[in-house]
Amino acid sequence: MSKNPIAFVADGQIPASPPPSNAVGPVKWMKDNLFSGAVNSILTIMALFVVFALAYEILPWLINSSWFPEEMSLKGCRAEAEGACFAVLVERRWQFVFGFYPPELYWRPTLAFILLIVALAPVLVERAPRQLLALTAVYPLIGFLLIWGGSIWGPLAIIAGLVIGGLIIAKGGNTFKAVVGEAFGPLVSVLTGIFFITLWMMLAVSPLETAIHSAIPIGLQEIQSDKLGGFMLSLIIGFVGIAASLPIGIALALGRQSDLMIVKAISVGFIEAIRGVPLITLLFVASVLLNYFLPPGTTFDIILRVCIMVTLFSAAYMAEVIRGGIAGLPKGQYEAADAMGLTYGQSMRLIILPQALKISIPNIVSSFIGLFKDTTLVIIIGLLDPLGLISTTRADAAWNGIVWELYGFVALFFFVFCYSMSKYSQYLERKLATDHR
Amino acid sequence: MKTTHLLGAAAVAAFAAGTASAGTLDDVKAAGELKCGVSTGLVGFAAPDANGVWAGFDVSVCRAIAAAVLGDSDAVKFVPTTGKTRFTALASGEVDVLARNTTWTFSRDVDLGFEFVGVNYYDGQGFMVPTELGVTSAKDLDGATVCIQTGTTTELNLADYFRANKISYEPVPIETNAEAQQKYLSNACDVYTTDASGLAATRATFEDPDAHMLLPEIVSKEPLGPLVRHGDNQWGDIVRWTLNALITAEELGVTKANASELANSSNNPEVKRLLGTEGDLGAMLGLEAGWAAAAIGVAGNYAEIFEANIGESTAIGLARGLNAQWTDGGLIYSPPFR
Repeated sequence: MSKNPIAFVADGQIPASPPPSNAVGPVKWMKDNLFSGAVNSILTIMALFVVFALAYEILPWLINSSWFPEEMSLKGCRAEAEGACFAVLVERRWQFVFGFYPPELYWRPTLAFILLIVALAPVLVERAPRQLLALTAVYPLIGFLLIWGGSIWGPLAIIAGLVIGGLIIAKGGNTFKAVVGEAFGPLVSVLTGIFFITLWMMLAVSPLETAIHSAIPIGLQEIQSDKLGGFMLSLIIGFVGIAASLPIGIALALGRQSDLMIVKAISVGFIEAIRGVPLITLLFVASVLLNYFLPPGTTFDIILRVCIMVTLFSAAYMAEVIRGGIAGLPKGQYEAADAMGLTYGQSMRLIILPQALKISIPNIVSSFIGLFKDTTLVIIIGLLDPLGLISTTRADAAWNGIVWELYGFVALFFFVFCYSMSKYSQYLERKLATDHR
Repeated sequence: MKTTHLLGAAAVAAFAAGTASAGTLDDVKAAGELKCGVSTGLVGFAAPDANGVWAGFDVSVCRAIAAAVLGDSDAVKFVPTTGKTRFTALASGEVDVLARNTTWTFSRDVDLGFEFVGVNYYDGQGFMVPTELGVTSAKDLDGATVCIQTGTTTELNLADYFRANKISYEPVPIETNAEAQQKYLSNACDVYTTDASGLAATRATFEDPDAHMLLPEIVSKEPLGPLVRHGDNQWGDIVRWTLNALITAEELGVTKANASELANSSNNPEVKRLLGTEGDLGAMLGLEAGWAAAAIGVAGNYAEIFEANIGESTAIGLARGLNAQWTDGGLIYSPPFR
């Protein structure tokens, strides 16, 4: 490489100097992010003060904690350490998870929970194998069987009824066309199917279960509802409410937008009636009022009653959330769907709902989180959810006087679940973000 | 108008069906278990242990009834009830008997249609103050801030008491006992008032119980006892006399340990009638002859149950006080077994 003949012309790039120390590294970052102005500096210092003050109070409490004192009681904790008494969680951990479920059967709810995750995978994550959807479809019955036990023939009888009813709805149209004419065939087949399923559930399921079970007894040991409690109870009510309220909510939202007068009136009436009543009132109805109206001796499971009420409550809110999404779509979308010659079902399924649901995701997830936290209200009707178990634990003379450890533990549990839901919704929003960016 | 009638008719039919159903005793025997309403957790009176087994002073009453009726003290389904659901749970038949520190009052007995079968604990509203406050009587509490549970009879009792004594106070409303403990310990209020048994239990949990004292005044009567629905007198009798059997057992010196021995060896005819070796008291109730012996066999007589759950040897450390036998100057008194 030849030297440049002109001596004062540089023959290459001068290497870059390192940036001045105040424009790089932690100093620069702090200047930009923490002390970028007088107001921000003051806020930063105040925030730091609060953080340190909290840590100063909480850390010694956490570090000086007692986990395995000689005497498993608050007294034993106090004898051992100054700070938190986590021995109560050590002693009651399984009670907080499973309630009063028989310990030798803990594998059943655990298996139900694992299967729940597997069954949810194809719904929540795109990459999961589609074949799992079959498991998702029958999961409610599997979960019920695992947690409550009983004969296997009950759930099978329910499946049989649903399959036969479904066949009547799907295939019966042509048969009925011959009887009632072209126009009413599909309607009659749908009505017959629903009528059949209802009759089957009310009249056939339990005799069938008893009959087959006496011949071929296969089943799991039955567990009464009063054995259920703790986080398991919260999760059962929460997941049933979430899973059932979304489809019901969609149906109600569409019903409210419908041109059919009766459908619309029913939807509006239902939504407004349920939204006009506090959840606690509905829980009281489930807990006490239904007992008056049912024939004496009927045992209509209290947890089932609560699940139904929570679902109805949540569905009414869900309907309004989704209606908001539907209303947010431009009118052109409907007109485009009509111009394509799509039927009502097709246009909703292919055009309107995908967009409406996408818009509504943050609100839907908010409703879910709210519903999940509302499950703690069942303490008012005496079900032993985590908060209920706190009061029974504190009623044990050994642990009376403990507050922060128990409530903190339950708060942590709810935070983990609610934060995961929130994170998932953010992932979903990013995945579905296709528009206007 | 028509719908209203239909609904009303349905409701009446349901109520009629409810009252006309077979007796509670038959229901309990058919179900093979006693449904007993208890508190969702009250120190010494009702609480499940780490294995989910319920224990406590009120729970022992349930177990005694189950033993008397079914011969098995574990054949009890405990239904936790809150202050708001307890009465509907009993009225609707969700529970057969309510043993849940419930005060026997006129309106509950008469208006709500229940039958209090007796009193298993005489309580009363008291006051707890820090010793350093230097107060020796509730009458010195002029101007004090008082932590009080809202919506309870204690709230009304407090207002009555202070008005009658022409002194003023400032209420700090709280919702639960847990909240009260926190507020009281952080000096948000000078005084905490609730049932004296509850105060004693709360004080026992403090790091330094000696820094707090209960004032001598008891400002209300809170007779607590088990209750059943109106209208099924046989069932009411069974619950009443099971409780009386426990009380009489103490009076006659029948304990868990010596019951089976005394049944044959005792010279006292009342002991023999109680334990079913003489007379036919059990048959009159529609139960086995050894019903009372079975009830006593669960956790012993009234004194034994008291000592094991809330007595002076426990953390709660309640003295017998009003709840001593009438022969010891207390109010616990059972009609004779004759």
